[in-house]
Amino acid sequence: MFEIFASLQAAWALVNGADPALARIVALSLELSLAAALLGAAIGLPLGALVAVGRFPGRRAVIVALNALLGLPSVVVGLLVYLMLSRAGPLGSWGLLFTPTAIVMAQSLLVAPIVAALARQTCEDAWRDYEEQLTSLGVSRARAVPTLLWDARYSLLTTVLAGFGRAASEVGAVMIVGGNIDGVTRVMTTAIALETSKGDLPLALALGFVLILVVLVVNAAAYGLREWSVRRHG
Amino acid sequence: MVESPPLLAARDLTVVLGGVKALDGLSLDLMAGRRTVILGANGAGKSVLLRTLHGLIAPSAGTLSWARPHRQAMVFQRPVMLRRSAIDNVTYALSVNGIPAKERAARAASALERVGLAPIAERPARALSGGEQQRLALARAWALKPEILFLDEPTASLDPGASAEVERVISAIADEGTRIVMTTHHLGQARRLADEIVFLHAGRTVERTPVADFFRQPASKEASLFLKGELPWT
Ligand SMILES: Nc1ncnc2c1ncn2[C@@H]1O[C@H](COP(=O)(O)OP(=O)(O)O)[C@@H](O)[C@H]1O
Ligand SMILES: [Mg+2]
Repeated sequence: MFEIFASLQAAWALVNGADPALARIVALSLELSLAAALLGAAIGLPLGALVAVGRFPGRRAVIVALNALLGLPSVVVGLLVYLMLSRAGPLGSWGLLFTPTAIVMAQSLLVAPIVAALARQTCEDAWRDYEEQLTSLGVSRARAVPTLLWDARYSLLTTVLAGFGRAASEVGAVMIVGGNIDGVTRVMTTAIALETSKGDLPLALALGFVLILVVLVVNAAAYGLREWSVRRHG
Repeated sequence: MVESPPLLAARDLTVVLGGVKALDGLSLDLMAGRRTVILGANGAGKSVLLRTLHGLIAPSAGTLSWARPHRQAMVFQRPVMLRRSAIDNVTYALSVNGIPAKERAARAASALERVGLAPIAERPARALSGGEQQRLALARAWALKPEILFLDEPTASLDPGASAEVERVISAIADEGTRIVMTTHHLGQARRLADEIVFLHAGRTVERTPVADFFRQPASKEASLFLKGELPWT
């Protein structure tokens, strides 16, 4: 009991004193997760909207593939990226394994299906309301994709924030493709896993605090955004 | 004097929706330069007819032939507005219809002016009242300079004041030479706006009569029952 209390105190000292090792890990985590959220959104948003309104061959296959990715355990996604990037793999010559880029690739692969699934739902609902009016105005299905994405921009931004939260909290896949190399690919989640297993509770707890804070801020931002958009646009 | 061919000739239109024959071999010619109000009991097929003429529903049998290339627009009972400003809703429709970017702003502004919405052009469209949104829908349609404008119960969800404003705008659009084809459940409105009445019953045209004659003495038994309030209608 006392030990945990002492660890909490030490953790608070690290956060409070903006410990450089801690700060570096937090900054890298946020940077990579943001990049993964943006990349995942760049793939997931148009894909979700296209599947929502599109009538193209292979639409069903895309839906099945997205659902499969959504249901895949993240360590398996990590393993797939590892195999792609490993020296013998198809992208082995890029030399990306155990780099921050590899982490972003794995995280994006986790984020994109989430964003696509939520965007698809959102755009399908909007399309139900808009289809007749937009068709009457002469809007084609292809032209409707950017229109729906823009019209649903506030709820989609919430979706992207959810994707960011997912990327920031991923452990397994990031450990596999990043390797948790100190100063290079060590992020909050992998550091927590490592420090806890080494018995260094203060750093793990300090990172835990920060991670909780990040998740809280992201959710508060999503909530605030939704409230604001409802007030402004109905 | 020989009359020019009809702007739109509909022949033997049949539309089946959910196993119901919503239109049952309906024929109708629309000459240029008139204002037609379609009346009929609830479920007679008025809305389905307008949507079919406008091209939103494909008939399962029969033909639609237009005399020449033309622009058309439709205003629905409940307009759908995009999450952007009132004027941007109009410029969006112009952009979709290939109006050059440098003409759009002026054309949209003048359409808003004519429906009395110029002072609130920058307000979010969805925050406008029902009557304002319907006038915005009329401005959006008007800005496209349609040769023919379909309106399906455009005042059905509005209070009397807002209805009167919408009626005034419809008259102004007709006076500028747009062919009006509308439905209403307001007999007073039909009397004020129509040149001729087309009366539908069970998916067919039962009669077509100049407006004064129709309200004095309709030609069909169904229409007399309807005017006596003995047919159910919305
Ligand atoms: N989407 C639909 N699915 C099934 N039946 C429909 C649909 N739309 C209209 N109908 C049916 O077609 C007939 C004509 O409908 P409608 O044109 O809406 O009548 P109204 O004259 O009241 O506008 C009605 O019997 C209606 O129930
Ligand atoms: Mg109707």
